[in-house]
Amino acid sequence: MKTMKHAEAAAQFISDEPRTDWHNETLWFVRQKRDKASHGLPEWEQLREWASQIKHHSLSHLDQYLVEFEKNAKANGVTVHWAANGEEHNRIVYDIIQKNNVQRIVKSKSMLTEECGMNEFLHSKGIDIVDTDLGERIVQFRNEPPSHIVLPAIHLKKKDVSDTFHEHLHTEKGNNDPQYLTEAARIHLREKFIASELAITGVNFAIAETGGFVVCTNEGNADMGTHCAKIHIACMGFEKIIPKAEHLSVFLRLLARSATGQPITTYSSHFQKPREGQQMHIVIVDNGRSKQLGRADFRNSLKCIRCAACFNTCPVYRRSGGHSYHTAVAGPIGSILSPNLDMRANADLPFASTLCGSCSNVCPVKIDIHDQLWKWRQVLVAEGYVDTTKKVGLKGMAFLLAHPSLYRFAGKAGRTVMRLFPWLVNNKLNPWYKQREMPAPPKESFREWYLKNKQS
Amino acid sequence: MSAREDILKAVAANKPEAVDLPVIDQTQVISYANLTEQFKTVLQSIGGSAVEINDLSDLKNELEEKKAAGEFVVNRITELGELNDAATKMSPEELAAVEITYLKAELGVAENGSVWLYESQMGNRLLPFICQHLAILINKESIVATMHHAYEKIDSGREGFGVFLAGPSKTADIEQSLVIGAHGARSLRVFING
Repeated sequence: MKTMKHAEAAAQFISDEPRTDWHNETLWFVRQKRDKASHGLPEWEQLREWASQIKHHSLSHLDQYLVEFEKNAKANGVTVHWAANGEEHNRIVYDIIQKNNVQRIVKSKSMLTEECGMNEFLHSKGIDIVDTDLGERIVQFRNEPPSHIVLPAIHLKKKDVSDTFHEHLHTEKGNNDPQYLTEAARIHLREKFIASELAITGVNFAIAETGGFVVCTNEGNADMGTHCAKIHIACMGFEKIIPKAEHLSVFLRLLARSATGQPITTYSSHFQKPREGQQMHIVIVDNGRSKQLGRADFRNSLKCIRCAACFNTCPVYRRSGGHSYHTAVAGPIGSILSPNLDMRANADLPFASTLCGSCSNVCPVKIDIHDQLWKWRQVLVAEGYVDTTKKVGLKGMAFLLAHPSLYRFAGKAGRTVMRLFPWLVNNKLNPWYKQREMPAPPKESFREWYLKNKQS
Repeated sequence: MSAREDILKAVAANKPEAVDLPVIDQTQVISYANLTEQFKTVLQSIGGSAVEINDLSDLKNELEEKKAAGEFVVNRITELGELNDAATKMSPEELAAVEITYLKAELGVAENGSVWLYESQMGNRLLPFICQHLAILINKESIVATMHHAYEKIDSGREGFGVFLAGPSKTADIEQSLVIGAHGARSLRVFING
């Protein structure tokens, strides 16, 4: 299947103007809640600095911390698996399912499993996973991917959810009350939790010192699943490692405030050992991360704690929607992570930005997101992954700017043509005319005006 | 070569130059004139309720009344009377019928209205999540200012499981409308004793 490029998908998204405005405003509202929460702490900037430094330290000692984490987790009775890529990760999960002969599986939010395409893989093997985060369940019913890493169904309106639930959960047609719809999902998912044999979760933080890991939710779905099921599989990208439990204080103070403006998520669950009779597995995944670690310009992206503050503030994300990014992690952070995974498929994403820098300003771990977007553009052009039209245009511009007399001639010709034949530029073939009026051409250039006026 | 060796080798080869850990200087973090007031205000703002009490008599009475009325309540607070030990061994199906659970928490955190619960204080890991309503008791002097202070007091690796719990279960996944009672407890009352 051909994936639409960001610009094409975004064009489709904004064709519904009221809905685009609503999407934009909804996310801006979340950004404002983040501002309010962060302004409540005078040490906010210090916290960001600490978080960034802890992550930097962790990355610079990552091999030692991974070994320490593994040793301590094993001592806690947890089975540790390693996966070089998504395929291997999926295979490990599949093997655990097969070996234990289980059918009823629930999963709380894990962007890593999205990145690995785990649900699709298991589905192809005849195994269906029930996503238990409300937003993820909604998009799963609709056969869509999440459009946001924290708010998976943010692109949908109440009516859409009501229609989906009417179809799948037989709720009253036309009842759009969020309370009513959430209650229906609660009843439906409680059955799934209670019956579940295996629960899959992500990992927010893994602590080298203790071998434990922390999972954060507001709904309680990770806990309902893991404490009901006899097997727990936690899937983590290897960059989730932090050295000590005391460092959790810095990250838990930043995470929810940055994500939704809450002071902390409802549940910050610290898993240490399996309960009696339970199996606990951790799958540590690389999938391109070690390569990214070696790219000095881009390794900071591995500090990400998946709060999505950069999504909510991004003028492009807010007006193009998560699906236009065609990757598991959308938004500005996704646009610097995804080219590492596949430059050809994701070459469009670093261009889906105005480089305004707002993402870097809100990032709780101070990732230089907009600088990296700009740097990815250089890499992608140099490696030949950018459309020839863009390249030819920029090359032409560079040539023109390097040749002043030609530049002056082209300017004059352009002004005359635009004045005499405005339809030559005011038409759909000119990409600049899209959603813009061309300016009225001035009679003379600045240079001409300056030469005329400089004596007086 | 196994994936483990490959990954560790690649990480060792590609990691940046060693950088020191920062010193988390607690004199730089926020302090509150009245920890209890701050805790109460935040907890209420996230959908929970906070009640200051001087002794446990009201709570004891409430528990007895509910038991007498035949409600399925689970008590895990020694000071309130007999512990419901049967609940620690119950299956998820059985626990799904629990109306109210009474738990004692280790401490409260003023900056975010959360409480820390060790597994031993829950009796059963599933209990604080699957019950319909949750009542938690903390000592007034156990309230600390921030998460930095909280991690000094607790040992998160001591038991098999532990949780910072802040308010009732909630979601805003349907058009950003806040709904209390997603999958976990529909309400949380924290009783601050002292």
